[in-house]
Amino acid sequence: MKVLMKGNEALAEAAIRAGCRLFFGYPITPQNEIPEYLARRMPEVGGTFLQAESEVAAINMVYGAAGTGQRVMTSSSGPGISLKQEGISFLAGAELPCVIVNMMRGGPGLGSIQASQSDYFQATKGGGHGDYRIIVLAPGSVQELADMTVWAFELAEKYTTPVMILGDGTMGQMMEPVDLDTIPIKTGHSEFPWATTGCKDRPKRIINSLYLDATMLERHNQKLQRKYRLISEELPRAEAYHTDDAELVLVAFGTAARIARGAVDQGRANGLRLGLVRPITLWPFPGEFLLAATTGARKLLVVEMNTGQMVEDVRLVVEGRIPVHFHGRCGGMLPTVKDILAQIEEMGV
Amino acid sequence: MLHSVILAGFGGQGVLLAGQLIAYAGMIEGKHVAWIPSYGPEMRGGTAHCGVSVSDDPIGSPVVEEPGALLAFNLPSLEKFEGKVTQGGLVIYNASLIKRGVYRKDVVGYPLLANELAVDAGNPRGTNMVMLGAYLMLSGATGIGSIRQALEKIFASKGPEVVEINMKALLMGWRAVQGVVQKGA
Amino acid sequence: MRTVFAPPASLTKDPFHYCPGCTHGIIHRLVAEAIDSLDIRERTIGVASVGCSVLAYQYFNTDMQQAAHGRAPAVATGIKRALPGSVVFTYQGDGDLASIGIAEVIHAAARGENITVVFVNNACYGMTGGQLAPTTLIGQTTTTSPGGRRVENTGYPIRMAEMLATLDGSAYIARVSVHDPAHVRQAKKSIQHAFEVQLAGRGFSMVEVLSTCPTNWGQKPVEALTWLKEKMLPQYPLGLFKVWERSEVNAS
Repeated sequence: MKVLMKGNEALAEAAIRAGCRLFFGYPITPQNEIPEYLARRMPEVGGTFLQAESEVAAINMVYGAAGTGQRVMTSSSGPGISLKQEGISFLAGAELPCVIVNMMRGGPGLGSIQASQSDYFQATKGGGHGDYRIIVLAPGSVQELADMTVWAFELAEKYTTPVMILGDGTMGQMMEPVDLDTIPIKTGHSEFPWATTGCKDRPKRIINSLYLDATMLERHNQKLQRKYRLISEELPRAEAYHTDDAELVLVAFGTAARIARGAVDQGRANGLRLGLVRPITLWPFPGEFLLAATTGARKLLVVEMNTGQMVEDVRLVVEGRIPVHFHGRCGGMLPTVKDILAQIEEMGV
Repeated sequence: MLHSVILAGFGGQGVLLAGQLIAYAGMIEGKHVAWIPSYGPEMRGGTAHCGVSVSDDPIGSPVVEEPGALLAFNLPSLEKFEGKVTQGGLVIYNASLIKRGVYRKDVVGYPLLANELAVDAGNPRGTNMVMLGAYLMLSGATGIGSIRQALEKIFASKGPEVVEINMKALLMGWRAVQGVVQKGA
Repeated sequence: MRTVFAPPASLTKDPFHYCPGCTHGIIHRLVAEAIDSLDIRERTIGVASVGCSVLAYQYFNTDMQQAAHGRAPAVATGIKRALPGSVVFTYQGDGDLASIGIAEVIHAAARGENITVVFVNNACYGMTGGQLAPTTLIGQTTTTSPGGRRVENTGYPIRMAEMLATLDGSAYIARVSVHDPAHVRQAKKSIQHAFEVQLAGRGFSMVEVLSTCPTNWGQKPVEALTWLKEKMLPQYPLGLFKVWERSEVNAS
């Protein structure tokens, strides 16, 4: 049955259905509906909601809980995600699964509370210290946000890695129809050969990211890199919209992709052959998909709610074969269909 | 067909709820809908607004940049959003609080004594429903029956009286603009 | 032949890396003996911190997690909330617990988090080379207070046990020392009692153990024990700051 829900609430309910019974968070706008919803729901399903003393504490609670092999989540926005980076690095180093939600707001510093995509670099290039990546997923609608939450938990366990859902204030605050009944209910949790649950009838286990011996740490890093290569081969996902005959292809994710889609529709109504590629996985970046979907295109236009971050990955992928243009708004301002079409007219299709 | 509308007022006037009702009713009618609020400090005692899209086709941008209609509940809201309404669009404004007309010549303005009508309906807090009723009459964005269904869902715990009192205010607004000639321009 | 002395089952066979005369080895053993005597090894999960005891995860023969600097009480919270039937302890030094991790330990205590904290206070940062710690004594020379700790610059030493005892969530807070055999025996009792408090579900328990750092204090092991007794005890009085008695549970 379809219900009208805010993105933040749909995500929270989807996490419950996915079997997440542990949430550790800290208030920050624009993601407060997630902890508020779970504060109400977790006790109903025998789960734990805990408002931590800081984002730093929250992510380290996630670390401890993830180490027991149970599904655990935290959520925050910009400044709070910066504070969590220490813990995310440890989670990546110790290879622990968990889901981290970033409903992005404008930065740098305290910035604003309005929607932005200014944390793309932070999310996709590591974020914390050390040589690591985390899987980054970008939802395009409330329904996709709910479905993606379940997927995020599955990916986290499959690859024993933190997974970040990179939404933004708009995605979290907007209401759309969503059908949660399609999400299967998971109860209990899986057994993992690494989980610290008490060493009854087995040797002790250690959750750790410390390798004082350089040769050991290099080996550990190489193992992580092999895992990241596998993820890069198996996981990239994107969506193409009217790219078959498009002369100009827009590239955008999340809320910016919704606006870009509006521009494609309006441009097509005016006779412009526009298309859209929407990356769904931001890391790994769906480069091959982008190349395949833009073989006939003469120009690309990357639309972002920042001053130009994903555009760098797009340029790396096309290697100068197609001119890559950029349209961005930042600080909580959103691109508009009108402005995008105006730039396209200026560029000439 | 796309209906896009911005509802704006000050906190406590129920603009967010009225917008949700449009989205909910549109969903009940099988349409694509999106509702997006303003949020954060500006909601604390300041102005609040939301944008709603109801469409036969998937909705691109959920952000309502150029609404086909504006429901302005107070003067700051009219001043902030009048300029964004599309040419030929509707501007329904609460004449109980707004003592001027619509400046633009290319939109259709409808003054509504929404506060008084709400009192007449026996529901002084029903200004939002009066404004909503007028909007549905003038735009046809959703049917009244599906608004009733949406109210029944949202106020399920509050009982049928609450639904009725809101429907009464909504119909006051609806009837108030029947046959009214454009004003304010 | 009758065995009269053996290593505790809760310690692995790995030799300690600790410096000669350092009392970490004694404290590890006391923790392990407490776990053995309560027969909880198979449901205990320990959290190692950052500092000299960073490798504690190798030494305790229980499931272990290694935490970021100062975050052990938060990590322990996550474990305990996921597995309420487990026994969870952290093993932290003074830089870890009283400086960078002071927020985490205070809030774990305030929540009455049902975990046990073993807090080893040796008045300096050992691992990084003997820098000033929040528990460094006034006038004490360290590598970052070469002329001795000056109040005008770095203020006063923090008495963690007294501070945490003021919180309603803490159930058992004690300060002990290991500078002579009698005090070692008292420390053992106290650590075991802290675990018992956790097993009874009473909330947060912490044992602060005064410890030596001969290497960074620039002293011989025996001198260091004397220095602990003469200099640290006046600043950090031993005793029980929050007491929980078994009878309280029976009465309630």
